[in-house]
Amino acid sequence: MYLYSITFYIFSLVAVLSALMVISARNPVHSVLFLILSFVNASGLFVLLGAEFLAMILVVVYVGAVAVLFLFVVMMLDINFVKLREGFLQYLPFGALLGVVLIVELGILFLTKSFSENSLSRFVQSPQINEVENTKLIGQVLYTDYFYLFQISGLILLVAMVGSITLTLRDRGQVKRQNISSQNFIDEKNAIEKKKIKLGEGI
Amino acid sequence: MIYLEHYLFLAAIIFTIGVLGIFLNKKNVIIILMSIELILLSVNINLISFSVFLNDISGQIFAMLTLTVAAAEAAIGLAILVVFYRNLGSIEVNKINKLKG
Repeated sequence: MYLYSITFYIFSLVAVLSALMVISARNPVHSVLFLILSFVNASGLFVLLGAEFLAMILVVVYVGAVAVLFLFVVMMLDINFVKLREGFLQYLPFGALLGVVLIVELGILFLTKSFSENSLSRFVQSPQINEVENTKLIGQVLYTDYFYLFQISGLILLVAMVGSITLTLRDRGQVKRQNISSQNFIDEKNAIEKKKIKLGEGI
Repeated sequence: MIYLEHYLFLAAIIFTIGVLGIFLNKKNVIIILMSIELILLSVNINLISFSVFLNDISGQIFAMLTLTVAAAEAAIGLAILVVFYRNLGSIEVNKINKLKG
């Protein structure tokens, strides 16, 4: 299982390094691109864990939708990003101290509580032909036991969509739009004007 | 050999990087939103690795719900950001003091 370990370390190293670049890159466009790299590597880790469906969902939803949304917003806002970087080093000692404390505490938590004697790689042997695969298993549970949660998550997405449209929609006064009801209420009395024109003269 | 602790350590490192990103970028809201996405990603790694470790599919369902909520949060956050930029012409966090309680 050396290949498993090597793959895990490569994916996790790239994920961690690109996550570091996300918060430290000078240009926010680079930050978004490193975020995409981090997500792709995390989805590779999910494949290693045997959760193929979530890996593909991660690529589709995060890389395809959320990261592209970030990219749109970063490119749409015309901001001097160099000015925004001022004060980055001001909190670095305090932030580094806090980060070290956090990671040491989490590490102590994982080390004192031993979870497993045998390694996780026993789960990733290629699936037998008669086994239920990951996507089918998720579908079997999602549409039965967790059906209400599924519908509520759809409702959350609807609320998010309505909310973001309501927030960003603005009514510009001078835009000429088609007024359908006033078009429909035109009749011949006020739309057509009759004039008598004398011979040899214009209107 | 890769144990569960390896994945938990990886998730802890990514979580810490996300928290650090919120601390260090005190002006740029976009980086703060991306740090929140990193934190949610680390939560997802935890959920999925425990789901595989315990041989229970529910963890992956909850990871999917986390993904949904993260997408909704990103959409709303970016919409607020765009409205804020339109009104003030800047996205500096320390200028967001309109809500005075």
